[in-house]
Amino acid sequence: MELFVFIVAGAMVLGGAVGVILSKHPVHAALSLILTLFGVAVLFVAQQANFLAAVQVIVYAGAIVVLFLFVIMLLGVDNAENLRIEPFRIQRPLAAVVGAGIFGLVVAAIIVSREAETAVRGDGLEVTGADGAPLHDGNIKALARDLFSGHVLAFELTSVLLVIAVVGTVMLARKPRKGDFDGSAS
Amino acid sequence: MIAAIVPTPTWYLILAAMLFSIGVVGVLVRRNPLVLFMCIELMLNAVNLTFVATAKKLGDIGGQTTVFFVMVVAAAEVVVGLGIIVAILRRRPNATTDDLAELKG
Repeated sequence: MELFVFIVAGAMVLGGAVGVILSKHPVHAALSLILTLFGVAVLFVAQQANFLAAVQVIVYAGAIVVLFLFVIMLLGVDNAENLRIEPFRIQRPLAAVVGAGIFGLVVAAIIVSREAETAVRGDGLEVTGADGAPLHDGNIKALARDLFSGHVLAFELTSVLLVIAVVGTVMLARKPRKGDFDGSAS
Repeated sequence: MIAAIVPTPTWYLILAAMLFSIGVVGVLVRRNPLVLFMCIELMLNAVNLTFVATAKKLGDIGGQTTVFFVMVVAAAEVVVGLGIIVAILRRRPNATTDDLAELKG
C-alpha cells in the first residue's frame, strides 16, 4: 500500500515538474506546478507530516500558485514562449549535463551516507498519550512544542519578515506619483 | 510479493534529488521570468521533501519545523519577486531574461 502511494505520488511530482519546464504557456506551467505540489503533500502525509501537508496545500497550492496565475493574467495570457529559440547554441546540452551532474552528486552522497547514521534520536514525530498510543493530533502537538519552545525567536522574526515583504511589495507595485522621489516633502 | 516492499527514506531522498535536478535544468533553460520562479519553487519543494524524509529517518521533529520556516520564507520571496517582475514587465512587456541585461557593466 505504501509502495503504491509512493509510486503514484512520485509520478505526480515528476510529471508535474517536467510539465513546468516543458510547457510553452505559463498558465500550463502553473497548473503543472499545482500537480507537483499536491504530490509533495501526499508524500508528506506518507511520512507522518500531516500538518505540513495541510500547510503545503493551503500556502503553496492555495496562495502561491494563485498569485502566479494572478500575475500571468495581469500581464496578459496570450504570450506563449517560443521554445525553439535558443540564444546560446550549447545552452540546453550544457543545462542537461549540469542537471545530470547535480543529480549524480546528490545521489552519490545519499548512497554513501545511507548507513552512516540510522540511530533514532529526538522526541519522535508524534506526541503520545498516557497509554503510549499516538494521539490523533500528535504530529501538530509535537510540531507546536518544538516550534514554541526552541524556535520562538525565529518564529517572531518570520512575522517581521512578512511585514517587510508586504510593505516592500506595496512600494514596488504602486505607480510613482509626480514629486514622490525628488526628495521634497509632500 | 511486491506489495510488501516499503519505501525507505532513501527512496524519498532520491525522488527529491530528481525533483531538484529538474528544477535546476528549468532555471538554466527557460527564459520567461515567471517560469523561472516556478522552477525555483520546484527546488524549494525538493529541499522540503528532503527535510521531511530525514526527520522521519531520525525520528526528530526539527526537520519538520525547518520546513515550516522554509515555507514562510518561500511565500515572502514569491511575493517580493512577483512584485519586481510586475514592475519590470509593466514597463517592458514580453521581456525575457535575456532582455533584462541592462545592469551588466
